[in-house]
Amino acid sequence: MNLIRYQAPDLAPWSALDRWSNLRDELNSFFELPFWSGFGRAGQLFTGWSPALDLYQSNDNVIAVVELPGMRKDDIDISLHDRTLTISGERKRESIGGEEAERTERYVGAFRRSIVLPTRVDANKVSATYRNGMLTVKLPKAEEAKAKQIQVS
Amino acid sequence: MNTLARETRDGDRAQAEQFIMPPASVTESTEGYTLEIEMPGVSKDGLDISVENNELTIVGRRSLPVVEGTLIHHESRPENFRRTFELDPSIDANKINAKVEQGLVTLTLPKAEQVKPRRITVS
Repeated sequence: MNLIRYQAPDLAPWSALDRWSNLRDELNSFFELPFWSGFGRAGQLFTGWSPALDLYQSNDNVIAVVELPGMRKDDIDISLHDRTLTISGERKRESIGGEEAERTERYVGAFRRSIVLPTRVDANKVSATYRNGMLTVKLPKAEEAKAKQIQVS
Repeated sequence: MNTLARETRDGDRAQAEQFIMPPASVTESTEGYTLEIEMPGVSKDGLDISVENNELTIVGRRSLPVVEGTLIHHESRPENFRRTFELDPSIDANKINAKVEQGLVTLTLPKAEQVKPRRITVS
């Protein structure tokens, strides 16, 4: 089950996303009550696997940091369509014969995560690193999106 | 009763540091148990695994990537990870082995020789 958050580009996407994540936090904290804890991360029932994503902005870059523990580098796909960054992939179940699952909280399978970036970026200069299960995607801003210093003559 | 994996809760224990409980999976085979815990951002140096009073504790402290700029959208949690399990009596605590790969901690907990199924040949 995938949930792709569609954001109409004209509608100040940031406040909408914030509200969404507040709701998610509330749901998560609800499921952290002892009664629910036996179900593991029950919040995942609603969203499939939706990895946590942080977004940073500097003068020159937009940087996304995504929690993706236990992936193989080759199984992560990053794509950019206009201002929408999509990170997707699949975590494969490594089945070894003669084993019996006793407790399964880890999500196995496909995931897809999209986010609307605050500015246009240069798709040709996007770079990514994957280390300790954290994916860092660096997206240099498009020239026209950079804040320009205007000299007063 | 073959739980590795009966989880112990010690939330009442006064602790200055707040932890979050990472998702874990446990599988059992005739040889032993395999425990996988998701700890994104944790490297080998940030892992602290201990066994005390038959209780296995895994603490993971994150070394997060240093990123320039200001945070404009935030979903991650800043706390470190901690998870505790009660060891099944069949586990040989001296032979527990751990590794961490891309933020996934894998522990192998072999069963003691005397509890493994054994074939006895009739002479």
